[in-house]
Amino acid sequence: MATTNAPKRSLVLQRRETIISYLFLLPALFFFVGFVLTPMAMGVITSFTNSNFNNVNTGSQFVFLDNYIRLFKDPIFLKSAWNTVVIVVVAVPTVTAFSLWVGSAIYRMHSAARSFFRCVFYLPVVTGSVAVVVVWKWMFDKYNGLFNYIIRAMGGQGLMWTESEKMALWCIILILFTTSIGQPIVLYVSALGNVDHSLVEAAQVDGATDFQVFWKIKWPSIMPTTLYVAVITTINSFQCFALIQLLTSGGPNYSTSTVMYYLYEIAFRTTKDFGYADAMGVILAIVIALFSALQFKVMNGGTTE
Amino acid sequence: MSKKQKITPYFVITAILLIALAIFFLFPLYWIVTGSVKEKSDIIIKAGESVKWIPTTVSWDNFTRLFKTQTELFGLKMPLAIRWLFNSVFISVVAMALTCFSASLAGYALAKKRFWGRGFVFSLFVCAMALPKQVILIPLLREMSLLHLIDTAWGSIFAVIFPVVGWPFGVFLMKQFSEGIPSSLLEAARIDGAGEVKTFMNVALPIIQPGIGALAIFTFINAWNEYPLQLIMLSKSEAKTIALGIAGLQSEMSNDYGLIMAGAALAAVPIIIVFLCFQKYFTQGITMGAVKG
Repeated sequence: MATTNAPKRSLVLQRRETIISYLFLLPALFFFVGFVLTPMAMGVITSFTNSNFNNVNTGSQFVFLDNYIRLFKDPIFLKSAWNTVVIVVVAVPTVTAFSLWVGSAIYRMHSAARSFFRCVFYLPVVTGSVAVVVVWKWMFDKYNGLFNYIIRAMGGQGLMWTESEKMALWCIILILFTTSIGQPIVLYVSALGNVDHSLVEAAQVDGATDFQVFWKIKWPSIMPTTLYVAVITTINSFQCFALIQLLTSGGPNYSTSTVMYYLYEIAFRTTKDFGYADAMGVILAIVIALFSALQFKVMNGGTTE
Repeated sequence: MSKKQKITPYFVITAILLIALAIFFLFPLYWIVTGSVKEKSDIIIKAGESVKWIPTTVSWDNFTRLFKTQTELFGLKMPLAIRWLFNSVFISVVAMALTCFSASLAGYALAKKRFWGRGFVFSLFVCAMALPKQVILIPLLREMSLLHLIDTAWGSIFAVIFPVVGWPFGVFLMKQFSEGIPSSLLEAARIDGAGEVKTFMNVALPIIQPGIGALAIFTFINAWNEYPLQLIMLSKSEAKTIALGIAGLQSEMSNDYGLIMAGAALAAVPIIIVFLCFQKYFTQGITMGAVKG
């Protein structure tokens, strides 16, 4: 469209098209540059300074990589990083496998049943972290909580749940799981619905078992969805914050602190060391960006369409 | 999907498991709603007594306590909790309107126009989308305080709205939908002498309308649940959202579960109703955003 035989006229047209296009883009660029790109740049710059609550208005100095070096000597950061890895390593395979199972169980059901289940599993996402966490916190309560009531009713001893260093992280992972499977299920239902049905029928005519049909035909064709699900779950798990802030505040004794939570605590609760917290943010962003790069590579390689 | 499900033992087991899981997923919601109307004696579990699965009496006492603190808005006296609900609705509606407006224009231009810098602008949007939203929280707070937005209640409310609108997912989604506008139609409108704005309004807009529907519901729910951003921006009690208000109640009166459940019900029920009404668009938005990554 852009190339014509009359270069002079096309240049004028092109310039006009460019100006008009940027006018269309203007509102979006205003918010994007103003409130996404600018803070991103500010964050990266601050991570190389000793900026904190006291010197934020008087001016801070460049300290080069000091914040980054400090990170790897900070035992709480290392503990938080370890917890983050545990959450990601446990949550991603379980969420992916489980949502695939639910997706394949419901995608051929009657449309009303399919919508019902899709909706039920999506509800915790819609309800929002706060409402979800306050009710879980009540259920985990060691005196008035439902779980301990059931355990006691069966003759057992009540557990400490979120107040125990050993169990708290697993409570977080359980809630994270219930708030994470909604979107993958929607994606799997739609991907499985798009699997070429003639292939499945041909295989069945040839006497393939259900397991073979799944493994040889469906699994390869939903592969892009599986990778996408794995990546978005990874990103969400890395950023797990609201659940922790509301349920345990990182405790007891930092056993549920993650990088995202520790960053928040440093920046807003304890030392208010902005430079140090931003360095954590940059590290987290780099790790997540590596996974996202993988996502876009995969998505450009083959699509479900 | 044309093939009918056969009733096999495997199917029966799956169905039973699914129903059990559905109950497990619905239960917290049930516990919020029933908890909000339970009397204190029903909430506290005494040794040797059975759990009140169903409230013995319906009592509005929790809501009365929740609505006790009063505030003013536009000269109107109202409970603080209702003000919080208003703030949540306001943030979600304004963020939704601004996002739909800016993203549909930008998505249309990126999909249907050839201009200088197009590839660069688009890759900027895509790259930013891949980065985690939450790591910009600290610099964002500093930026908003430099702009003096967080000094007032209304200012801080807009400090929550702007970053939500700036998030590039909407532009990306609308570009996907705009690819489906036939170029021949745009060409025909141009030959008929329609201006750029008229072409967009009369030709493009009707075609991308389902996309705008998906984006609207998506943004509404996202803005409603954008808890970390609300947490750092909204410090004044009259600027809080319902989610933030409930989180505050939980830390101040951690043992008054009746009151907290009343708040949680007030936070959860409206958004669930919105979701159920527009569910169709929502599913479309999720799958559309994923298909091409």
